[in-house]
Amino acid sequence: MLESFELGFLNLTWGSVVMLVIGGVLLYLGIAKKMEPLLLVPIGFGVVLVNLPLGGLMETIVQGEVYEAYMLGGEPAGVISRIFRYGLAWEIIPVFIFLGLGAMTDFGPLIANPKTLILGAGAQFGVYFAFFAALLIGAALPNVVHIGIEEACSIGIIGGADGPTTIYLTNRLAPHFIGATAVAAYTYMALVPIIQPPVIKLLTSKKEREIYMKPQLRPVSRTEKLLFPIIGAIIIILLVPKSAPLIGMFMFGNLLKESGVTDRLADTAANAFMNILTILLGICVGCFMSADTFLKVDSLIVFGLGVIAFASSTAFGVSLAKFMNLFTKEKINPMIGAAGVSAVPMAARVVQKMGQQANPRNFLLMHAMGPNIAGVIGTATAAGIFLGMVG
Amino acid sequence: MAQEIVEVPITGKIISVEVKGGDAVKEGDTLCILESMKMENPILAPVAGTISDIKVSKGDVVETGGVIAVIEY
Repeated sequence: MLESFELGFLNLTWGSVVMLVIGGVLLYLGIAKKMEPLLLVPIGFGVVLVNLPLGGLMETIVQGEVYEAYMLGGEPAGVISRIFRYGLAWEIIPVFIFLGLGAMTDFGPLIANPKTLILGAGAQFGVYFAFFAALLIGAALPNVVHIGIEEACSIGIIGGADGPTTIYLTNRLAPHFIGATAVAAYTYMALVPIIQPPVIKLLTSKKEREIYMKPQLRPVSRTEKLLFPIIGAIIIILLVPKSAPLIGMFMFGNLLKESGVTDRLADTAANAFMNILTILLGICVGCFMSADTFLKVDSLIVFGLGVIAFASSTAFGVSLAKFMNLFTKEKINPMIGAAGVSAVPMAARVVQKMGQQANPRNFLLMHAMGPNIAGVIGTATAAGIFLGMVG
Repeated sequence: MAQEIVEVPITGKIISVEVKGGDAVKEGDTLCILESMKMENPILAPVAGTISDIKVSKGDVVETGGVIAVIEY
């Protein structure tokens, strides 16, 4: 007992100490700053656990040899590496999280104002912008970073601000990046109120931010809400077949909520099941971040480009809203375009707050929820497009 | 004197009222906090003036379009 206690200390490396600090920072942000606590606390604690030497949580066996860190091709032998392999690498957890998200989502604002669907799609241009930026950096510095087309896809999708989609796509295309992209996606989602306002202010005049939108959206009937997930799934999956796992589950979850006859299932999907998946996802992603797999220049690039992805998605959403105003009689407040990133409801809340600051009469929350929800669909579809392209 | 009627922008629950009848308010002052969609949303005064009537109290569940307050200016 004493011996292994000492051995743990003896096996500490600088890398693992740095990772322990990073784990501590994630815990601090989650607990003290209340940034995405439901994810950053499990991830942060996972990082701490996995970087304590000889714990064996993520053990993998490759050709008879036992490795402490998770090895992509190996046989998982640790308790968390098994969950990682069969839950995450087999794509079960992120896909079922979409089921829960669907059961939590109200498509009402989107159905009431379908124009906002365009804004949710428009923000995805930021995803492609960051994708090309990542490709360029990869091509310019081939000796420093290892970014090919697959890695660029996983970095670009961070701009969609959707955690499960990012994890799903990264796992498919560039599994070695999963720790960095997941943490980048979730921390930036939490940083929405800091990243978005300067971008929005840069692209809009005070007058545009003051644009008043009537708070009342038209009431949406039950039939519309019921048909939306069914027809939505059919159309989107016919257009982008590879989006079927994410969009299919998302719409299925929503149908459970809207059908009116499966409340028990919807309740479990949105609460108990979702919480179980969140625990497993968080601890798996955290445990993936051992010093060997995370402390690389590539991770820094992921974080750097992640911000660009996020900021450019915001910028494209706002610009598209301004563009739409050129053609429409009833002007929309261009800020709601920023909610086209799928960080629900953080992005909508930012728009609401800035709208009220610019004009105390404004109450843009519901208007911003439309593009916000459309953004979730948009990002999952963008992931499907990437998969169709290179998967 | 002109009147400005502040309406409920979104269905929700009033969790606090920050002003009372007769209070002077500036543009942008918080009148009350409305909880909706699990968010606390401040309702702000659209103009500077005097609160001539406040129609909501803490705990009220309010519907879109209902009156929150009347401001004279």
